[in-house]
Amino acid sequence: MERILSIARKLAEAAEVFQVSSRRTPVQFEANRLKQIQTKESTSTALRLVKNGKVGFAQASGVIEPEELVKMALDTSQFGYEVNFEFPSSQSYGHVEVYDQDVQQISIDSMVSLGETVIKAVCDNTPSIICEGSVSHGTATFSIANTSGASARYKRTNSGISIDGMLVRNGDILYVGDIRTSCHPVMDHESITLEIIRQLDLARNNATIKSGTYPVIFTPYGVSGALIAPLISALSGKMVLDGASPLKDKKGQTVLDNKFSFSDDPTLPFQPGSTPFDDEGITARKNTLINHGCITQFYYDLHIASLAGVTSTGNGNRNGGMPSPAPHALVIDGGDRSLQDMVKDVREGLIIEQLMGAEQGNILNGDFSGNVLLGYKIENGEITGRVKDTMVFGNVYQLLKEISALGNDSRWIGGYVETPSIYCPAISVSSK
Amino acid sequence: MLLSHILNLSAKIDNRAGVMKEKLLSALRGQKADYIEIRLDESSSSRLIFRGDRLEEAGRSSSTGGNVRALVRGGWGFVSFNNLDKLTEHVSLAIEQARHVGKEESKFSPVTPVNDIVEASFKKNPLEISLAAKKRLLDEYNQLMLGTPEIQTTSISYGDSKKKVALATSEGTYIEQNRIDLNLRLSAIASRDGDVQQVGLSIGSKGDFSTVENLQEEARDIARRAVALLSAPRVKGGTYTIVLDPILAGVFVHEAFGHLSEADHIYENPQLREVMVLGRRFGGKHLNIVDGAAVPGYRGSYKYDDEGTPATKTYLIKEGVLNSRLHSRETAARMVENPTGNARAINYTFPPIVRMTNTYIEPCATTFKDMISGIKEGVYAKDWYGGTTSLEMFTFSAGEAYMIRDGKIAEMIKPVVLSGNVFTTLDNIDAIGNDLDMNQGGGCGKAGQSPLPVSNGSPHIRIRNCLVGGK
Repeated sequence: MERILSIARKLAEAAEVFQVSSRRTPVQFEANRLKQIQTKESTSTALRLVKNGKVGFAQASGVIEPEELVKMALDTSQFGYEVNFEFPSSQSYGHVEVYDQDVQQISIDSMVSLGETVIKAVCDNTPSIICEGSVSHGTATFSIANTSGASARYKRTNSGISIDGMLVRNGDILYVGDIRTSCHPVMDHESITLEIIRQLDLARNNATIKSGTYPVIFTPYGVSGALIAPLISALSGKMVLDGASPLKDKKGQTVLDNKFSFSDDPTLPFQPGSTPFDDEGITARKNTLINHGCITQFYYDLHIASLAGVTSTGNGNRNGGMPSPAPHALVIDGGDRSLQDMVKDVREGLIIEQLMGAEQGNILNGDFSGNVLLGYKIENGEITGRVKDTMVFGNVYQLLKEISALGNDSRWIGGYVETPSIYCPAISVSSK
Repeated sequence: MLLSHILNLSAKIDNRAGVMKEKLLSALRGQKADYIEIRLDESSSSRLIFRGDRLEEAGRSSSTGGNVRALVRGGWGFVSFNNLDKLTEHVSLAIEQARHVGKEESKFSPVTPVNDIVEASFKKNPLEISLAAKKRLLDEYNQLMLGTPEIQTTSISYGDSKKKVALATSEGTYIEQNRIDLNLRLSAIASRDGDVQQVGLSIGSKGDFSTVENLQEEARDIARRAVALLSAPRVKGGTYTIVLDPILAGVFVHEAFGHLSEADHIYENPQLREVMVLGRRFGGKHLNIVDGAAVPGYRGSYKYDDEGTPATKTYLIKEGVLNSRLHSRETAARMVENPTGNARAINYTFPPIVRMTNTYIEPCATTFKDMISGIKEGVYAKDWYGGTTSLEMFTFSAGEAYMIRDGKIAEMIKPVVLSGNVFTTLDNIDAIGNDLDMNQGGGCGKAGQSPLPVSNGSPHIRIRNCLVGGK
């Protein structure tokens, strides 16, 4: 990194190098048994520089000569945007706990045994189910250095289990599954097993729902699959700057139910999305994006913030290219109602656990439409079975304008979002 | 400057090729496993991203890496890495991991070992066109879209890449395959009174830059359509007779049937093997569905798959009946069928898995006019936005849609998401057109490997009783 920076310093006005090295060991299960053990090592290096006031960018996975990387970045700088921000200077970042050395001690045998224990318990419950999934752990090192003097590095551990079950029954195919992740070793087989068995139990019978408008409860999985994508699109400083966000002129206004609060918090200890600084070396911090229904903050990286005349919110994120604004770890504040209690409240309605195709609608204006891949019918306060061949249509801003209740069942989905169940009075349902 | 740089880079790759073959084969010598393969990747790519009138990214990247995969007594070990110097150690680790897993007999279809070098095929090489010229072209499309009243912003992303993959196996195969791939997505975003609508165009090609040239009319058209969507009504949810254009019908066949044909979903699942028994009827006699990398000239075309199996052309459905499926060497051996050359890995960080290549419905005789003429109320859905499947149920979304009323195309409606069930929807196709067209603008995702270059296509088709999401 130092070499790249020192060569770039001579040829450009400013430069920044970002490097990620990782090693991961996934153990994979197929057809209810151990199938494959993997070891994955990778290193990638990205260089961003400023030449004649314009940005240049190049990136390399694996080995590359520093001179060549600098030359690639210089090549692109003639087309780059004009840079109106400075790379952050030397600073001390607050401590965010994302490293647990015990993760490095996890043995292959204990990962195999964790997966096998969960799969055995699920198969004991439902003998003809076929499970697949993986148990993995890994460590990644993130380093950043720039010509303004910043130089920092941190290590983050990651451990997780993901198990899916497929049940073919009378020509139906049913999917169930769960994921648990942490920076601590994930060793608990019970919570994931119970979640999968809960889904199997609820889906044991089929039920039907007629086309119409019904109350709906999104479980945490349902929320993460259907409602999050349109919200984070609309809250992105980039979409606001471009005028492509329906919330662009709504800052300070209450547009959603006052029970709804939504934040991005990369400082939570031992969450896989947590980090002491973003991918541009800006201190990561908690940003409350929506506070009791009121739009309070959009999220920005350095470049978009400079164009919008604000400061970066510490949301510079690299996803295989130049930094761009993205959230780290999202949290929807929980409520006090149990799922059971919310179900009791519904005379006829729907629980949505998995929505297929939700991201294919016009996310930009908040629409979502999808096939209920896993969802249950509620009749007279009881769950009667699984609905199939059913589509729902909604708009996230209309849906969340009126929330009947938030669950007390908040949980993390994939280390990316923590959410409770959300109960809303009306969604449009189409069925055969 | 740019051009000379690319030529230098290719000289570097070629130089290493001869050395690489010996290096790989020697790392495999004397190692004990039922099967071992080493794959090395070298790629370089460039991309340009616009948001509105800002050029947001002009970037270049390079990648070098490899993997070893070993099979011992039915268990697999897999090691991926950037450092090519420790090949022997990587091979040993992969074998050790496979031994830890394997508890039964390995089953892996034999293929004849080959030694071959496959050069990239292209008509107009995008790597010989300067970044400045590419930017000029995109600028022109961008200005055409931005110049349309009520267009709020645009989004354009262009990428091209050049890739060399070397494969050596313990059976003595050594194959080098080179490919050039490019893709372009144009989106126009219109906005009025808090409503935001977008229309996009995706184009991909196996190395022919001329496919992204001369799109001025298309750029104007997507901008006009995005604006028109602001005042378009929304369809009422429910079941309709729908007509799909060749592009959306291609996405339909990929989602509705292609994925279920991938044998890795089936081979270890006794219930699904019963459901997917060869000879089962899925549709009418007019329905023929094909997948094959041996169909030349498309993004899913290649000579060998990532296990060294030669590409084939496979009839998944012949005259409405399940005829065959897509295999890797392992799924073929376990189902006692022939490998079809469909084992693909998106890059060196993943093992090959069963994937589609070029997937399409073969044309029949119905004209478009005849297809819509008897429909009292239906939906004509065109172009695509996305698609996904759970094998049984699937959704796919149109980029453009119109009502059909009394046999004629009527008002434009907001784009629709459609849904179906593989066990009924294919049988509900009651007309297949005469106008096969292939769409190359998409990428396929499976098991974290996305977007894999594929193509899919179809003539216009009509489906009865299809579920459409809406108010």
